[in-house]
Amino acid sequence: MKRTLTIATGIAAAAMFASSAFAGTLEDVKKRGVLSCGVSQGLPGFSQPDDKNNWAGIDVDVCRAVAAAVLGDANKVSFKPLTAKERFTALQSGEIDMLSRNTTWTHTRDTSLGLNFAGVNYYDGQGFLVQKALGVKSALELDGASVCIQAGTTTELNLADYFTLNGMKYSSVVFDSSDQTREGFESGRCDILTSDQSQLYAIRSKMSDPSSAAVLPEVISKEPLGPVVRQGDDVWFNIVKWTLYAQVNAEEMGVTSANAADMKSSKNPNVQRLLGTSGDAGAKLGLGEDWAYNAITQVGNYGEMFDRNVGPDTPLAISRGLNALWSKGGLQYAPPVR
Amino acid sequence: MADTSEEQQTKTKTAIWYDPTFRAIAFQVLAGIAIVWFFWYIFDNTLTNMEKRGITTGFGFLDNPAGFGILMSLIEYDETYSYGRTFFVGLLNTLLVSVLGVIFATTLGFLLGVARLSNNWLLAKVATIYVEVLRNIPLLLQIFFWYFAILLKNLPSPRQSMNLNDSVFLNARGLYGPAPVPTDGFFAVWIAFGLGVAAAVYVVRWAKKRQDEQGIQFPAYRSAMGLVIGLPLLVFFAMGMPMTLDYPALKGFNFQGGMRVIPELMALTWALSLYTASFIAEIVRAGIQGVTHGQTEAARAMGLRNGPTLRLVVIPQAMRIIIPPLTSQYLNLVKNSSLATAIGYPDLVAVFMGTTLNQTGQAVEVVGMTMAVYLTISLLISSFMNWYNKKMALVER
Repeated sequence: MKRTLTIATGIAAAAMFASSAFAGTLEDVKKRGVLSCGVSQGLPGFSQPDDKNNWAGIDVDVCRAVAAAVLGDANKVSFKPLTAKERFTALQSGEIDMLSRNTTWTHTRDTSLGLNFAGVNYYDGQGFLVQKALGVKSALELDGASVCIQAGTTTELNLADYFTLNGMKYSSVVFDSSDQTREGFESGRCDILTSDQSQLYAIRSKMSDPSSAAVLPEVISKEPLGPVVRQGDDVWFNIVKWTLYAQVNAEEMGVTSANAADMKSSKNPNVQRLLGTSGDAGAKLGLGEDWAYNAITQVGNYGEMFDRNVGPDTPLAISRGLNALWSKGGLQYAPPVR
Repeated sequence: MADTSEEQQTKTKTAIWYDPTFRAIAFQVLAGIAIVWFFWYIFDNTLTNMEKRGITTGFGFLDNPAGFGILMSLIEYDETYSYGRTFFVGLLNTLLVSVLGVIFATTLGFLLGVARLSNNWLLAKVATIYVEVLRNIPLLLQIFFWYFAILLKNLPSPRQSMNLNDSVFLNARGLYGPAPVPTDGFFAVWIAFGLGVAAAVYVVRWAKKRQDEQGIQFPAYRSAMGLVIGLPLLVFFAMGMPMTLDYPALKGFNFQGGMRVIPELMALTWALSLYTASFIAEIVRAGIQGVTHGQTEAARAMGLRNGPTLRLVVIPQAMRIIIPPLTSQYLNLVKNSSLATAIGYPDLVAVFMGTTLNQTGQAVEVVGMTMAVYLTISLLISSFMNWYNKKMALVER
C-alpha cells in the first residue's frame, strides 16, 4: 500500500518536474548502460527470481532481449518487481524504461494511460481453478460460487461479464497478492480461483496438494500479454516491438541461439537482413547492425524462450497452443524484416 | 496648523515599509500569494503534463459503469452501478469496520486497563501479558494470523457447516443467521422504542435532579435500560409478534438468504479491536494512576465503597487524562483499517484505490479522493473528541 502511495506521489512529482526527460528513452538507457525493466514480483515461468536474485521467465527474457539489442549484453538489466496496481504508474512516471509483466493489452490501457503495447509475447486466456472435491466439470455449473481473485487485474471485469452473460451469481473475494489469493483458495474460503490460465498452472504448482485442484476447460476471455512502453517515444517503441518480432522471425527462419553465428553466412536474404550481414535494419532503429544477432544469440528465438520458461519440459508444462507460429496453427506472426 | 502639517509631512516622508503594521500585513499577503501560487503551479503542471502524455484526467469516470462485483455492500450494489457508487460502497465498509473496532476496542481496553490495576494477582498478570504481547506484534501479522491461521484453517466448508438449531450456521464463507423481516404492525414496535428512549431520558434527568436536591438515590440507569428494551418488547408481544424470520439455506455452493457476516469482517474487526485495546488499556491505566491516591483515600473516608469510588471519583478525573491519547488511538484504528486490502475485506482502499484505480488508471484523482476521505473522517473524530474533552474538562466551581 505504501508503495502504491509512494509511486502515485511519484507520478505527480515526476509529472511536475521532469516533463521533457521522457523523449529519448534510448539515449537514457545507453547513457545509464542498464535497462530498467518492470516485472512481476514472482510468477513461475514469467518472471521469478531465484535465491541468488537471478531472474528467469518469458517476461524477463523479453527485457533481456531488448538489453542485448540495445546494449549488446543481455545481462545489463535491472529488474523492478511491481504489483499489478503499481505497474502502470511506475512506467508513466519514468521509473522504468519498459514494462514486461504479464500485462493484458486492452483498449482502455492502450488509449487512456499514455502507454503503448509493443506486441504480444504470450497469448493467454482467463480460466478457472476449482477444488476437485466439488465435482464441478464445467464453469457453467458455478452459479452461486465464491471466487478468489487478485486485485488490480482485468480478471475482475471478465469474471463479472461471464457470470452476468450466463445468468449466474457469484461473490468475489479480492486479495492483494497472488500468494494470498492462493492461500484463500486452498483454505476453502472460495470454491474457485480465477486468473489467466498460464497463472493457474503456476498457482496450482505452488499448492501444498496440487492434485486437489483442477483447471476447468472454459477460457472466458482473450488475454494478449505483452511488453508496454510510454507513448510519445516512437524510437523506443519501435526497438521493443522489433526485438520481439526479430525473435519470432528467427524461429520462423530456423535461426537459434546455437546456430546464429553460422547462419550469418546464410544465402537466405531474409536471414541476412535479420542478422545484419546485409541491409541497414539496425541503423534504422538507431542501433548497431548486430541488434537482432545479439538478442538471438544471448536470449534465443521465440520458440527457445517459450520452451525454456513455460514449455512442456518445465514444471508448468504448457503446450504451444495459441503461441505456436502462424505457420504451425498458432497466432505468433511477425512482419518481415525488409 | 503648522504643527499638524509638519506631522503629516513626517508621516508621508517615512517610507511605508518601515510601518510595522503594514509590514506585518504585507508579508502575510506575500506568503499567502506564494503558497497559492505554488499549489496552483503544481496542480497546473500536473494537469498539463498528463494531458501532454495522453493520460486521461478529470472526474468524468465516476459516472461510468464499474462492471465488477464487490463481496459485501451495505447499500444496493451490483456490476451495473457506477464507479462513483463503488466509492460509497468502500467508504461505508470502512466506516462499518471502524465503528465496530472503536466500540470493541474501547470496551475491552477499559476492562483491561482496570484489570491491570486490580488487587487480584492473576487478573492483573493476565492483563499485563495481554497488553505486552498484543501491542508488540505488527498489526498486519495479527490480521493474517486471525484470518488465515485461525478463521480459515478451522472453519469447515459450507456443506460441513457448524450448525446451531438449523438456523445459525458457521463456515468458511461466514456466519449465517436468520434475518428478521418485519411484517404489518411492526411500526408500533418502533413507536414504542421511540417512547421508551424519551421516557428513559426523562427518568435519568428526573433522578439526577432529585438526587441533587434531596440526596435520594434512584436506580436510574437500570430503569432506563428497562424502558428502552422492555417497552418495545412488550408491544412486540402484544401485537402478536409482527415479524417473520428469513432462514439461510444451503443452495448449491453456498447458503442463500438470511443474514451473513463475512469472515474478512470478523477477522479484521477482531484484529483491530484486540490490537488497539492493548494501547487503550495502557492509556486507561495511566489515566487512573494519574489521579492522586489522596482522592481515593478521601472517598473512602467519606464511606464510599470500591465501586462508587472508581465510578464517581477516580474515572471522571482520569477521563481528563485519557481522552486526548484515546483520540489518537481512534484515529489510528480508522487508518489501520486500510490494511483490509491484505485479506480481501472490501474497504475503501481495496475497492476504490484498488480495483477502481486499476480499471480506470486515474491515479491522481482516485488517490486524492481517498486521502480526502481519510482526512475528513479523522478530522471529524478529532473535533468530536475535542468537544467531548471540553465537556469533561475540569469545571471550576
